[in-house]
Amino acid sequence: MRLAVENLSGERGGELIFSGLSFALDPGQALLVTGPNGAGKSTLLRTVAGLLPAASGNVEFSGGGETFPDVQAACHYLGHLNGMKTALTVEENLAFWRTFLGGPRLSVDDALEAVGLSEIGHLPFGYLSTGQRRRTAIARLLVSHRPVWLLDEPTSGLDHASEARFSELMRTHLADGGIIIAATHLPLGLGHARELRMGAG
Amino acid sequence: MLALYLRDVKLGLRAGSGALTGALFFLAVVAVIPFGVGPDLNLLARIGPAILWIGALLASLLGLDRLFQGDREDGSLDLLLGSRDRHMLALTVFVKCLAHWTVSVLPLVLVSPLLGLFMNVPPLGLLAASSTLLVGTPAITFIGAVGAALAVALPRGGLLVSVIILPLTVPVLIFGVAASRGAVADPDPFLPPFLILSALTLFFAVIGPAAAALALRSSSD
Repeated sequence: MRLAVENLSGERGGELIFSGLSFALDPGQALLVTGPNGAGKSTLLRTVAGLLPAASGNVEFSGGGETFPDVQAACHYLGHLNGMKTALTVEENLAFWRTFLGGPRLSVDDALEAVGLSEIGHLPFGYLSTGQRRRTAIARLLVSHRPVWLLDEPTSGLDHASEARFSELMRTHLADGGIIIAATHLPLGLGHARELRMGAG
Repeated sequence: MLALYLRDVKLGLRAGSGALTGALFFLAVVAVIPFGVGPDLNLLARIGPAILWIGALLASLLGLDRLFQGDREDGSLDLLLGSRDRHMLALTVFVKCLAHWTVSVLPLVLVSPLLGLFMNVPPLGLLAASSTLLVGTPAITFIGAVGAALAVALPRGGLLVSVIILPLTVPVLIFGVAASRGAVADPDPFLPPFLILSALTLFFAVIGPAAAALALRSSSD
């Protein structure tokens, strides 16, 4: 399994934001994308996730077998928005994504316990605080299996204890042979991660 | 896919109360017509099915622009688009349309016989109007999905959606009314327009979700 990005350029509204990016990740490797606001971190992640067309270059994913033919099928995308419905309870939200995304791994209860929210699974998502919402979104990564995690500012709104817990989850994912690309401006507690520094302009 | 259907139905019942809004609007439209045209019972009975159809058409346009907007605002749309290898995007749109129809449009069909009584429509006419609505209104939702997908990025896209899809719904209206009239007025046939109406629904059930999926794919930013 290998995720290779070659000579990738991304644009927003016709303006080139970054160009000529190349990197390759093997199982168990993580890449931290850092840089100032507007450097194109989110655009890069959305392009890799297949949500934005690449201006040039390509993203290749190999070795995923029939289950994961390309990056889009093989990745979890955690963007700025959590993708949860405020009118449904936390458990209903997670149960829906577990069924819809397929490849179920942890049960909803176990996933909630892993992010420390097992007490409040019955509450409507709309009642939760910002940090709790983020942790629910992180629990989504656990309920269905994807080898590649694309994380956009994953720890925004989290307290120190939750950050530590999330680092642990990421380390477990890497130890299982997963791949992580995370855009962040905070250290994520991944000791051996490579870093891609994107400059503005 | 069943999970998506159940989620959307649950959301529609729990959060939006869209069913009630549509039904009340429908009631308002139909209830004021007899006051407007006067107490001529024969005239009311003659235009009754048409009024039912126009009311149901306008009421089912309400809330149609929210079909994808809620999912876009909370980021679910990215995840729905992202899992298009696993679930064909057109199928996802189709299921969302079905859920929307169940929650927002089916209640209109269910109350239409009652509202038909306001218009002095005979029992056979009531049956015909309800059955044509049952068969014809899904077409409106499927056409509406295209408009909703095109306007998904616009914060106040409601009016635009109605303007885009209204011309496309005209054939549905024409054949729906023709079939309901055919059931009561003797020389006019019932079955041919009813079958054309069914064909329109089947046609748009294929074209609508496919077109909406294309629009959604290019809307992501």
